[in-house]
Amino acid sequence: MTDPRKKTELESLFRNGKIGRRAFMQGVSALGLSTAFASSVISDVQAATPKSGGSARLGLGHGGTTDSLDPATFEDGFMLMMGYALRNHLTEIDENGKLVGELAESWEASDDATEWSFNLRKGVEFHNGKTMDSEDIIASINHHRGEASKSAAKPIVAPIQDIKADGKDRVIFTLEGGNADFPLLMSDYHLAIMPAKDGKADWQSGVGTGGYTLENFEPGVRSSGKKFGNYWKEGKAHFDEVTILSIKDLNAKQSALATGDIHMMDRPDLKTAGLLKRNPQMELEQTTGTRHYTFPMRTDTKPFDDNNVRMALKHGVDRELLVKTILKGYGSVGNDHPIAPSNPYYDKSLEQRSYDPDKAKYYLKQAGLTSLSVDLSAADSAFSGAVDAAVLYKEQASKAGIDINVVREPNDGYWSNVWMKKAWCACYWGGRPTEDWMFSTAYAAGAEWNDTFWKNDRFNKLLLEGRSELDTKKRAEIYAEMQRIVRDEGGVVIPMFASYVWVRDKKVAHGANIASNWDMDGGKPLERWWFA
Amino acid sequence: MHAILTMIIQRLGLGLITLIAVSFIMSVAIEFLPGDLAQEVLGQSATPETVAAFRAELGLDRAFHTRYFEWLGNVLTGDLGTSLANQREISELLGTRLYNTLFLASIAAAISVPIAITLGVLAALYRNSLYDRLVNIFTLSTISTPEFFVAYILILWFSVTVRIFPSISDIGPDLGFWEHVYRSMLPALTLTLVVIAHMMRMTRAAIINLLASPYIEMATLKGVPRRDVIIRHALPNALAPIINVVVLNLAYLIVGVVVVEVVFVYPGLGQLLVDSVSKRDMPVVQACCLVFAITYILLNLTADILSILSNPRLLHPR
Repeated sequence: MTDPRKKTELESLFRNGKIGRRAFMQGVSALGLSTAFASSVISDVQAATPKSGGSARLGLGHGGTTDSLDPATFEDGFMLMMGYALRNHLTEIDENGKLVGELAESWEASDDATEWSFNLRKGVEFHNGKTMDSEDIIASINHHRGEASKSAAKPIVAPIQDIKADGKDRVIFTLEGGNADFPLLMSDYHLAIMPAKDGKADWQSGVGTGGYTLENFEPGVRSSGKKFGNYWKEGKAHFDEVTILSIKDLNAKQSALATGDIHMMDRPDLKTAGLLKRNPQMELEQTTGTRHYTFPMRTDTKPFDDNNVRMALKHGVDRELLVKTILKGYGSVGNDHPIAPSNPYYDKSLEQRSYDPDKAKYYLKQAGLTSLSVDLSAADSAFSGAVDAAVLYKEQASKAGIDINVVREPNDGYWSNVWMKKAWCACYWGGRPTEDWMFSTAYAAGAEWNDTFWKNDRFNKLLLEGRSELDTKKRAEIYAEMQRIVRDEGGVVIPMFASYVWVRDKKVAHGANIASNWDMDGGKPLERWWFA
Repeated sequence: MHAILTMIIQRLGLGLITLIAVSFIMSVAIEFLPGDLAQEVLGQSATPETVAAFRAELGLDRAFHTRYFEWLGNVLTGDLGTSLANQREISELLGTRLYNTLFLASIAAAISVPIAITLGVLAALYRNSLYDRLVNIFTLSTISTPEFFVAYILILWFSVTVRIFPSISDIGPDLGFWEHVYRSMLPALTLTLVVIAHMMRMTRAAIINLLASPYIEMATLKGVPRRDVIIRHALPNALAPIINVVVLNLAYLIVGVVVVEVVFVYPGLGQLLVDSVSKRDMPVVQACCLVFAITYILLNLTADILSILSNPRLLHPR
């Protein structure tokens, strides 16, 4: 048996370029390692240099006949990835999870963070030959603003009071209140920059400044694009042609990958992920992003208006077991607040809550109850495995004298009839890259999607303070306290964070770091990956 | 001949009434479904404001009967309208999908109908032989197996083990005819396996039924070979029931293939209908249903006409 430490050491020496290929091979034979191991490491290392060319095919379990090119209605992974291939944004989150400028080269804020000026990149060209300037930015952002807006990004742009151009290459945003995260918000996938036509953003044509030009789009079926010759980004968008296919049937998607019909796919069946892993041609990868599965309770409804009841329920769930059974291990336990380890101000020191029937009983007693009987509505629309999770929860909570009655709801119409209507239900959140965004979307008093109808004065005060605070240390303190408040007083049980899982053919390679803000390298595999 | 024409005109008239009834029932059914397009498209991220803005833009805030009669008026003048969700012309949206569906149905029919009828005639010819039993067992097993399972088995054999056919039918624009046939092969084979038993068994039964008739006995007695008895004497008289079952299966090939479309990611009408129902895209649902209803009505009419032509006695019911 070879010493595994020596194997790892040899591998890392070679991977980091400390030793050459010949020395590596000598080491391999000296340690008696297999040639299969050697060749896989070598091809990995060679793959790390991007190459251009090839026709890449991406299979996604999303997409519907009702999709449109209008970024205001972008809903799922299909349009998100297509949007990123066609268009750019003011800012983006790069492979390392850092915020960098995209169409904006740099930006500065006023001291109170209410006025933001973006300096635009010069000489960026749209697919139709037009040069990008401030007029396009204003039209594209205004597309989501105003009374008649049906945009999913309306809440993001709502605080914008005014946008004005300062010449062709500079745009100034004035906000109602300070927001230190504003540049980050501008990377949201709905806020794509489109060419202005008569003062309005032209979404119909699919023209953008992105790495690929739109060739063909059949909603719910496929879309294809060709490399844009004049793409401004260096060393990005390596494929000659790209095709995105909507394959909703999991088996069809996996067999398409196995037979080489597609090269990359999102969200494999976690139950059979182990089998996929055994296929030497495929690489199963995951990142822990911000996506989390929740059980929101309406804090304005009995019995959930009593924090002791909420605490009892929070202690009545075995998180480890849920991650193991529902997520098959592809995820991590949640701590009853929505901030993920990948968020900038995640508080590591906050103690992890665990399954404790005795504590649950204690909180029930505090609430003046000996037993508790509640309905939990669930459907797999909330998240895959939601009904199973609810049943497991029922079993676990029964040990604490809590009787959960699992109500199986229809998938159809779940978001309009169950979520935010029933007192307690299953739900999921894609999560948000910033604390402020997440909190103000679903936890601030009066927010549209405050699905727990929760009002906490201290929390809401901190939210405002944190938003305009430009000092990162102070912000960290504020957000740490807010995480604690949500954990201990909030109305939501967050048992787990689900990883983004995808599979790629080993023919496709990517850089050393992968972004975790969305599936498959931040939703940008077509821009960032290449054929080895 | 005159009587047939009268019948056709009558039936077409009735068909039109059926269509209007179908469209009305569909509208009511969609109205009963929870939520509407604005809510479904915006999904979890819907806010009351955006939903209201969306509804107003689409005209969904108006009363049910206003929307229905406006739609009906437009359809009667030949305008199917646009999809609520992405503003695409429905005729354009439906065009490619309908073509794909008909294409797949044609290939499946071209393979399955001759095979089924040949197998059926042979099974009647060699009734109760080992061949008869084997064919029966095989076709009955394929029809009893769920479609998606047949599909997965075919994928396993023909695209994973032996890589002959692609496992998904990626039907893009500008696809050549033969390329289209090639990419549709696995779904077509799946459908063939699913429909063949019904047609085969019906052919066999219809012929065997006739074999007891006096005129067949006469033919046998005068020394006509058994094969000719069946093909020349029995088959023409068995045509009416066979045509009926073939047409019924053709209708199935057009309207009942959603599962196969999903497994092979084949962009046909079924998938469009399912998507549109789940998003409550009323005009598209209506248009799909109309196409399906028209298919049924026309195919049934064809079946009746062909039956009558093959057996003029049917024109004069006692």
